[in-house]
Order: sequence, then structure tokens, then C-alpha cells
Amino acid sequence: MKALVFSRKPARYAAAVVAGRVASGAGAKVGPLRLHEDHDIPDLPGPGWRYIKPRLAGICGSDLATIDGTSSRYFEPIVSFPFVPGHEIVADLVDPANPKAPADGSQRVILEPVLGCVARNISPVCHECAAGHLGNCTNIAFGDLAPGLQSGFCCDTGGGWSTMMVAHESQLHAVPDHWTDEMAVMVEPTACAVHAALASGVSGSDAGDATVVILGAGTLGLLTLAAVRSISPDASILVVAKHPEQRDEARTLGADHFAEPSEIKRAVRRLTGSKALTNAGPDGPIDRLTGGASVVFDCVGSNDSLADAIAVSGPRGRIMLVGMAGHTEVDLTGLWHKELQLVGTYAYGTETPAADGTPLRTFDLAMELVEAHHLGRLVTATYPLSRYTEAISHAANAGRRGAVKIAFDLRPEKERDHL
Amino acid sequence: MPRPGFVLDVDKSTPPILFHHGEQFRLERLPAGRSRVIYPAEPIEALEDPEAAIRHALFNPMGDSKPLPDLLTPGMKLTIAFDDVSLPLPQMRAPDIRQRIIEQVLDLAAAAGVDDVHLIAALALHRRMTETELRHALGDRIYDAFAPHGTLYNHDAEDPDNLLFVGETKHGEEVEINKRAAESDLIVYVNLNIVAMDGGWKSTATGLSSYRAIRHHHNVKTMEQSKSFMDRHSSELHHSNWRQGKVLRDAGIKIFQIETTINNNTFGTDGPLSVLQKREWEWSAKDRITFLGMQKGLDVMSAKQRRSAFHSWRAPYGLTSVQAGEVEAVHEVTLKHCFDQHLVPVEGQTDVLTMGLPFICPYNVNSVMNPILVMCLGLGYFFNLYRGKPLVREGGVLIMSHPTPWDFHPVHHPSYIDFFEQVLADTTDPVEIEQRYEKQFAEDEWYRHLYRTSYAYHGVHPFYMWYWGAHALKHLGRVIIVGGDPKSVRRLGFVPASTLQDALEMATDVVGPQPTITHLHNPPILMADVS
Repeated sequence: MKALVFSRKPARYAAAVVAGRVASGAGAKVGPLRLHEDHDIPDLPGPGWRYIKPRLAGICGSDLATIDGTSSRYFEPIVSFPFVPGHEIVADLVDPANPKAPADGSQRVILEPVLGCVARNISPVCHECAAGHLGNCTNIAFGDLAPGLQSGFCCDTGGGWSTMMVAHESQLHAVPDHWTDEMAVMVEPTACAVHAALASGVSGSDAGDATVVILGAGTLGLLTLAAVRSISPDASILVVAKHPEQRDEARTLGADHFAEPSEIKRAVRRLTGSKALTNAGPDGPIDRLTGGASVVFDCVGSNDSLADAIAVSGPRGRIMLVGMAGHTEVDLTGLWHKELQLVGTYAYGTETPAADGTPLRTFDLAMELVEAHHLGRLVTATYPLSRYTEAISHAANAGRRGAVKIAFDLRPEKERDHL
Repeated sequence: MPRPGFVLDVDKSTPPILFHHGEQFRLERLPAGRSRVIYPAEPIEALEDPEAAIRHALFNPMGDSKPLPDLLTPGMKLTIAFDDVSLPLPQMRAPDIRQRIIEQVLDLAAAAGVDDVHLIAALALHRRMTETELRHALGDRIYDAFAPHGTLYNHDAEDPDNLLFVGETKHGEEVEINKRAAESDLIVYVNLNIVAMDGGWKSTATGLSSYRAIRHHHNVKTMEQSKSFMDRHSSELHHSNWRQGKVLRDAGIKIFQIETTINNNTFGTDGPLSVLQKREWEWSAKDRITFLGMQKGLDVMSAKQRRSAFHSWRAPYGLTSVQAGEVEAVHEVTLKHCFDQHLVPVEGQTDVLTMGLPFICPYNVNSVMNPILVMCLGLGYFFNLYRGKPLVREGGVLIMSHPTPWDFHPVHHPSYIDFFEQVLADTTDPVEIEQRYEKQFAEDEWYRHLYRTSYAYHGVHPFYMWYWGAHALKHLGRVIIVGGDPKSVRRLGFVPASTLQDALEMATDVVGPQPTITHLHNPPILMADVS
């Protein structure tokens, strides 16, 4: 099969780290990620596993961090090499009775990539999986599969950036017939956003008074905006966007106010009627606010964004860390002084948004949101696997280039019909 | 004998014309055969003896008023209000005319046994004056005698305990002024008129007022109906202030108005900067060398250094008139003297109006001219320096020369930064701006805090700057800024051009080929009497 494969090659990895510092996405040209024309198709790990043929596979910020060597070493024990990246996937389900039949799109599935206890054939399942919190599974390095927090990071499963991979039945969600592939490929990142929005508590009874700030208007920021707006119709939402196209898209998705990164403190000050404090005398720039936002979604995950989040949060506010922050250096004084909560949020699983506490799969909620907002339109461009360096560069510079989601298009690949 | 202003038709022999470009200068060639330059009059001769002129005015009032000494009685409450740092521009050489006048007033008050005297900078919603600025305006003697005792201070338009609601006009316009002033037995107002917009009832009705009252005439509709606000009789801004003044008068508030006019001797008739006031074809070789040297010197300085150099200039204005007494009677005479210096008769309008914008306007004294103030200076003040009709025809193009940096003074103009970042990023339509954003800024507690305790313009002030240009925005087909920061210029809703030639080319898209051009020459300022 044809696949992009990320191998354990320290020298190439080091080169990717250097290249990634010079230009985002440049690690793809020199790093351990390579296109294999004839890669081995993974074996089915056991009962309940199926072959799927990716149709579209998105490029996520976590993939970019891996390729440019900026992801944290925290992940090393829960990734197995060589792996095929790609966890935002819409695929054709291969009929086991007729595996050589061409994939015609009649049985499409969306992959929920987390590899929990059920996929790993672990019984009884862990406490987290039992509660539906698959993203917090405590067995992600154990069981019948090699370590891997998700498909796309596990050597046994393959990944979306290929013409063939395997998936457990429990990971598969049927795609409605009237859906486009673009809509389907947006479900996984939307699920991350829905999970973060619900975890923030912004949909509570006083949501109408809430001032919500979303730092970053890339894919995750925009989807978080859509999710927050859907659960808090009356909240006042400020989006911090660097690029005019991001601002336009954010306006469509329900943002009320906008600011550029350098303007955020003043913007939040105006919005909340707060006062400001400066460090360098009356001539100096605003250092922080005395009041501030109720909830800040940090969808960037950098030193600066976290510092800004602390600076503009109001007392007892909550900062949702949606962006994948790694090693971060930030002054936490504001965190304890204002009694803020810094809350990590990862992946998805099961939510309880209804008043009666009925649990719902995050993916189901995400699918509702994708349909309601036509989020398939956020797929700005697709590339074949052979142009992967361009695809990754485009994804790494999406904002500047007026794009949102970049994906690989596997549908024309002739290797899809070779099993 | 000073030469009057006049209109020069540009031909092939016309030398390049000096344009202000913020703290720098440009020499520009205007197309021959279809351009004209309006030159200001030379400075009118100053009064020989200002002190005598002041004394004469105080003892020989105009209108229904007694001489000042007759109005001063022992035990009375006297308030002396004076124009703030926004006048004159640039600041005048010491002694400031306000100092001269107030010293005489205080001497008379002391002689009459008046003990209870307060001095108030009538700044309305402008920023507070600093100690240095107050000392410059009033002199050390007055400052040291009053400030330490808390009897010399800046008007606070947000102090609810020190504002008095006086009443409403027949149009429902609220009138509210400084309580100390309103409850005084006499207000002596010391005014400095450099343009015809200032003075009259505007001094007290606006200068000592609050947002509650000022909003009735500082709004889009009023400014669009002020054609122009340099011509009081055609200005709805002034009609409203006059109505408010009537309320003050009918309430028994007594005002002894002292108004002055100065000539336009901004850079001197001799000295290092005098070349800037000379007509270009009269530049001597020495003038040319001086100008070139100045230009080169400015080019190598940083923006901060240039700003500092120009803001430290003190203009050698001459006092040309002093009149005192009843507000309206005084003001009509003041206007005549203003027009004597500034008015230049001009026939007809043109397709394109050009102007170089200087480094200073009323709202950036000792400060930064941010993009909003560039708009206000060009489309507000300079565009409205006309009587009759605007110099440029309706649908015509205005071309201004100014660097328009994306730069703000964080202490003086905090609400301007927010206005630029938030409001103008959304819309530049004054009507929409007024409806959607004014209240939020006017009532913001942080801006209030900075206005009252720091040196910040009131939260609503950038709105007024934008409204000042509302008449021009409605009148013009396009505004082009030459040599400005493109990002900044676009945020204003205008079009950037690198050179004047490019700008004139762009103008043809709007006004057609071979447009006629009028250039408003400054320094110094003038007012066109357009027929």
C-alpha cells in the first residue's frame, strides 16, 4: 500500500527539529517522515477489527508538531514506531466477504482514533473506559496492541495518511449518506472542540453574562468557537485572530468581537469594563487586567498565549488549555492570585450535556455541529500523498495563507483498490 | 504693511511648493495650468503695548457690561476660567497672553478686596494640563500663588459633586457646567482665539461643561450641519452652544468674557524657521540652504526626536486684539479680527484639494499625532477652514500629506487606541459609530478613571474627532494620504499613495482626467472665503 511512514531515525529527527525552527512544516522535507509506495498492509490485530480505506485524512496540529520535532517527549512511551500518521479520517469500510471489491463510497465511516481498552482487547475495561472517557484510558500502552494513544500513532494500526489501515468496530461511526467527505473529516477535530467547550462549564445558568475569549483562530479555535456558541447562545465571545480570513470565518461562526494578538488585553478590558494595571508606569503597556473574562480557551498553547490567558482572565475564571502546550515557561502568579483554574482538555469520549444527565458520545454531538454549521467548508485544500511536503507546509502556514484545514485526498490513489 | 493672502495660479515657472508632512516637509510640484495655491496673509502687525490694550479692554467693556473693576466687590466669589493647552498651536513664547490678562484681573480683584478666587482650566473633555503646561500658560507667579492652595485646577467633567445642572434649551439640550463656576458671583473667561471656531458661548457652554451637555452638539448630525464650524453663523455647533449660553445667561450666571486674537506669525519673520512662512519664489539662497539643512537634519532624527524638537518650538505670535465684556458683543468683534488675519477671497471650487498636515493639532500638544488626529486635522479643521462653500466640490478628492504612523500616546490617548483597534476595524461610518459604540466608551469606568486622575482625553473624545470630519466624509468622493503608513491609512478608510503624483493619478478615477487642483498652503493657517 502507499503510505507516509514516520520511522524512528534520530538523525533525521534532529534535522527535522532544526528545519522546523527555521520554517514551520519544513521538517517534512528532511525528517523521518517518508512516502513509501509499497508499505506493508497492517495485519488485523484480532476479532472485531476491520480494514478501512481512507478517503480523506486531515493534517492536525499534533501531526505538525511531530513532524517538526516540537512535540513533547511525554508522548514517547505512548507512540510506537514506525507509524503512519493521520487520525482525522473518513474512510471506506472494506467488506470482509469481498475484500477486493473497489471502494465506492457506499459504506463510509468516520474513525474515532483513541485506542482504549476495547480496541486493545482488555477486559475488564479500565475505570475511564467504563465511564466513557476513552481519551483518558489508562491502558493506552498495553493489551493486544503496541503502545499508541490513537490510531495514527501506533505501529499496529496504520493511519490515515495511507491507502489502507485497520480499525476496531468500536472506533467506527457511519457517515450519513447525504454528507460530503469534507464534512466527515471535520468530525474528529470538532469532537475535540465540543469536549473542550462542554468541559469549560460555559453553558451554565449564568452563561448569558459570560465573557468568553478564544485565543487562536486556526482549525481548533474556529471549531471551539462553533462549539461554544452552540451551547452558549448568549455569551459574549471575543476571538483573537491574526489573519483577516480567520476573522471572517469567526464572524460567520458566531464571534461577537475580534482582536489581533497584540490587542487582546485592551480588547478584553473594553469588553468586560475592567480596569488595567501597567508595570512600567503610566506610559507603559497594559500588563494585566483587574477583572477579565469568565472563560479563556487557549487554542494556541504557547508561552505567550498562556501568559495572555492569565492576564485577561477575571478572578476565579477558567482557562481551557485546548492547544497542545508542551514545555512552557510562564509566570503563574496571576493564576493563584486570581484563583484561576487551568484545565487541560484532550480528545473526547462521553459527555453529559443534557439536564437529565443522559450521556452522549462526543462524536455524535460533533456530527450535529458539523451538519448545523456546514463545517466541511473549512477543508480549504487537499493534496495527494505524493505532494506531502507541500501539504504539510500549507497546513503549517494555513492561517497566513488564508486556509483552515488541509487534508490528504486518498480517493484517486490507485493503490486503494489493491488489497 | 503686511501683504494680504492671495491665490496663485500655478504655471511652469512656479517653484515646488512647501508641504507640511507631519514633523517633516516635502516640496511638491503642482500641475501647471490647472492648479492654484492659496497663500495666507502675512502676519498682521501686533499691538504695540499689549498690557495697555488689556487694561483698556477691562475698563472699556463691550455690550451690556460694566467695566471689570465695577464688577469686583469684597467677599464675592470669583472664578477665572481660561482656555486650555489646546491653544495656541504651537504654544506661544512667554509670557502667554493668558498670563498677561489674568495677572491684570487678579491685580484688580486684589485691589477690590476679593479673596475667594479660583482659577480653572476650561478643558471640557480634553486631558488635564500638567504643571509645566499650567506654568507656561499662567506664569510662575500665578501658579505658585494658587496651585498649592488647591485654587488653581483643571475642570473635571466627571466629578458629579462639582457639576451643576442649569437647565435645558428650547431644543431640549441639557446645560450643565462646573459648579464652582456656576455658583460664583462672576466668571471671568480668558479666551485665546486662533481660529474663528473658538470663543463666544463655546468657551463656557463647552469648556466648563460635561458629557451630558456636550453630546448635544458634539454629534454627527450637528457636525454635518455645520458648514462650516469656522463660520459661526452657518454652524449648528455654534447655534447649539449659543442656545446653551442663553440658558446660562437666563439662569443669572454672570460672565465677563475677555477674548484675544493673535496674528499668524507661527515661525517668525526672521530666524531659523522663518523660511517656512515665506512664499517659495521669494526664498533667498540662504533660505534654500536653511531649508535643505533642516530637511536633512530632520530626516536623520528619530520620530521621537523630531516630535520633541517641534513641540518645544514657541511661536512669536503678536497680539492683535483684546476685547472684553458681554459674551456675544465681544465675540463679534473677535471674529472680525480673526477674519482680518485669516480670510482669503477665493473664487469657485475645484476637483481636488491638497494640503500638507503639520505636526500639531489641538489634541496632541506635547504628544503623538495618531491617525485619528490626522483625520480630524485634515477633514475636520483644515477642510472646514472656509466660509461660503468648501474649497473642493462635492464628490471631489482630498489629498493630504502626512506620515500617519500607527502610533499612539498611551497616557494621553488610551481610548483612541481602542477606537482605532476596535471601532474603525468594524466601520468608519460616523453614524454607525455613534449609534453602536459611543455610549460604551463615554461611560467606561477605566477611561473615566484615566481622564480624572491621569492625563488622558475622555473616553468619548476620539468619537468627537471622527465626527469633526463627518461633514467632509459626506462631501468628498475620496480621501488619499500621501506618504502615510498604508495599514494605518486603510484603517481610516482612506487610500494610501506614495507620492503626490500617484495620488493625483488615483484622483482621476473619481473626478475624471485633468482635474483642477487647489492647494491650501500652510504654514501658517488661513481661511478661504469661497464664492
